Amino acid sequence: MSDTLEFAAPSLPSPASGGGKGGGSAAWGRTASALRVALGVVAFFLILELITSLGLVPAIYLPRASTVVERMAELMVDPKFLKQILATLEAWAVGLALATLISVPIGILIGTSEPAYKMSSPVIEFMRPIPSVALIPLAILLWGQGFSMKVILVAYAAAWPILFNTVYGVHDVDPIAVETARCFGLKRRSMLWRICLPSAAPLIFTGIRISASIGLIVVIGSELLASTDSGIGSYILFVSLNGGHMDSVLAGAAIAGIVGVLINWLLGLIDRRLFAWRYLGATAR
Amino acid sequence: MSPTEPSKAATSALLGALRSMAVRWGLGVGLVALWQVLAMRAGSIFFPPPTEIAKRAVELWLSGPPSRLFLSDGVFQDILPSLLRLLAGWSLAVACGIALGTAIGRSRRISELLDPSLQFLRAIPGPALVPVFILLLGTESTMRIALIAFGSIWPVLLNTIEGTRTVDPVQLDTAASFRLPRGALLWRIVLPAAMPKIFAGMRISLALAVILMVVSELVASTNGIGYRIQNAQIMFLLTDMWCGIVLLAVIGYTLNRLFLTIEDRALNWHRGARGRSAA
Amino acid sequence: MLSVAELAYSYSSEKPVLANVTFAVVAGEIVSIVGPSGCGKTTLLKILAGLLRPIKGDVRFQGEIVRGVPAGLAMVFQEYSRSLLPWTTVTGNVELPLRYKKLDRPARARLVSDSLEAVGLSGFGQYYPWQLSGGMQQRVAIARALAYQPKLLLMDEPFASVDAQTRADLEDLVAAVRDRFGITIVFITHDIDEAVYLSDRVVVLSTSPTTVIDVITTELPRPRDQIATKALPTFVEKRSAIARLIRRRNADSLQHPAPRE
Repeated sequence: MSDTLEFAAPSLPSPASGGGKGGGSAAWGRTASALRVALGVVAFFLILELITSLGLVPAIYLPRASTVVERMAELMVDPKFLKQILATLEAWAVGLALATLISVPIGILIGTSEPAYKMSSPVIEFMRPIPSVALIPLAILLWGQGFSMKVILVAYAAAWPILFNTVYGVHDVDPIAVETARCFGLKRRSMLWRICLPSAAPLIFTGIRISASIGLIVVIGSELLASTDSGIGSYILFVSLNGGHMDSVLAGAAIAGIVGVLINWLLGLIDRRLFAWRYLGATAR
Repeated sequence: MSPTEPSKAATSALLGALRSMAVRWGLGVGLVALWQVLAMRAGSIFFPPPTEIAKRAVELWLSGPPSRLFLSDGVFQDILPSLLRLLAGWSLAVACGIALGTAIGRSRRISELLDPSLQFLRAIPGPALVPVFILLLGTESTMRIALIAFGSIWPVLLNTIEGTRTVDPVQLDTAASFRLPRGALLWRIVLPAAMPKIFAGMRISLALAVILMVVSELVASTNGIGYRIQNAQIMFLLTDMWCGIVLLAVIGYTLNRLFLTIEDRALNWHRGARGRSAA
Repeated sequence: MLSVAELAYSYSSEKPVLANVTFAVVAGEIVSIVGPSGCGKTTLLKILAGLLRPIKGDVRFQGEIVRGVPAGLAMVFQEYSRSLLPWTTVTGNVELPLRYKKLDRPARARLVSDSLEAVGLSGFGQYYPWQLSGGMQQRVAIARALAYQPKLLLMDEPFASVDAQTRADLEDLVAAVRDRFGITIVFITHDIDEAVYLSDRVVVLSTSPTTVIDVITTELPRPRDQIATKALPTFVEKRSAIARLIRRRNADSLQHPAPRE
């Protein structure tokens, strides 16, 4: 049951540990970290520029990295494209919110009731692997090619990781904490609010983070594959069908990637703020 | 033991097995039965009753000659190619992901340097790259395998980097104190230590690969499970479409189960060691 | 066997850990190193093993300056559950370092079974480390070090994470191992009683920046016994002396007046 948890493990560079090297003060560490990130990005760009300038593939098929970056800059100041980003994010946000509102309560119900837990595990196990892309054709038939279709697909795909993590988080609370609470005479409802939920909250939030990434992929995917009328995905589709301007196609895909990175980073910040207590012991050695 | 006791033990074992099966499948069967009843009553064309779906599935895939295990042409035309592409792409992703991930994870500097770029590449939605791959590699199987591999490498790669980077320092010190040569350090300490994370990454990659397989077949393709589902949608053959969806669910579930069984075996020690430290 | 000269080490420029550590170990001795918490005992041991490089001074093992881990040295760590590899059996663990020593299979097997027998774990080869109790796991770690046939055995607070009863057995095991195999042993402990009971000499460290306050010879007869030896007046005298040394240095560093004795 640990795959979702492993996947969301934030990929932080570990703080300078022993082994002969001196660890500097915290501020220098942070600047050094930021510099390293910048250096990495620049290095990455340079490698790409080098590969794409070699002319292994004709430029119409694979333009130079600098051309793509130029196009990205153009798009980011183009109000029409910005509208597309907004449209994508709108559908994504609504779908994610819907999934959270449905999955968290159901997850709590299932997690706190042993028979319900036993019965629903196999069903969840079966439903999880259904790729939401497979449901795009069905969704088109039922809800057309607009906003509602996107929202429902995102909600469907995002519901499972959140449900999964909520059930697991609520069900597998530290038994010692539960025992201690019972010794203090806590009744069932307070037990829920004061012990289970706070303990499960980080896991639930991790589920939301995972669903956020999946949701973004699903919304852009559905825009592309269902040829909707708005969104980053529909832009990519439009450009590739009308003249195949590779620089625009790649620019669109790259911007989608950046949006994903930003969302993940933001959620990571919130995670560490809200649940700082979870990470305090982790870096101590 | 008297003659009646073994049969009593057997009966209670049987009852126990039945009860746990009932718990396991009860809800699922119940939901399907509910769907059947509602479909027969309300009769929406979008949600045909399960019995219809099952019947059509047999027609589509299990009505071939006995010499071929009753499998019909559709299986060989669509299902098998899809599965083969899926496995090829996923295996490629796993092999490259573990190899690259180990190389990157060994050096903290390199992994820190590459981390933002890898996070960026992983965040690019697979579907967004379909036009790129089509333009670069055409519309044949090569493109699909490449898309599956490129899209599903990230969980394995990132988890391998994480796993090889976070080997317990006590284990590394132990290896150093016994002057283990480099190869031994890699194969006998780093990789086994990283196995749990690598397996987790492989499992997520598998799910991702299934998605990408379908995605690659929804655009400009002439065969495959995804193609059939889309085709059915265009021709408004809803039962056929549902057959495809159910088939995907079965494939996804089965592959996941198979993988879990293998992972179970391989990571026996991990569960034992974890259980110990939790005690 | 081992000589340490003016060793200095620090993790960062502001906070030196070891300032000037000098002592020597003769072949066949058991020497223990005691000191207050945080004085860098583990760091010192890692430098002795060649896992860390000192900033000043040097360590000589059998006359050669230590640069990296020398041959003929084995270590036993405090965290035995993290040092033993959970994915292989006890036999696999004990055998692992031997695989790279150019021995053939029967020779390796013999070393493994001999060392398991020496630590009293003869029948446990097929178990996984996490199936064994803490004390047994540490025995496996000791067996692994023994099978390697080192000249010098370094132990980092090996019995700190083990219960008192098991600790007594393991202490006697270490003494028996030295008698049987003639290995030189240097071990770190925070337990003064253990240090005096087991060793021939005790190196007493100060708080950081750490120096050697004194090296005390235990002058206790061998073979030693958990009950009889600890009742001897020499034992009490030596352990009190060491305790006083540490307490006085502790008090100095905290800038409190030294307590009346």
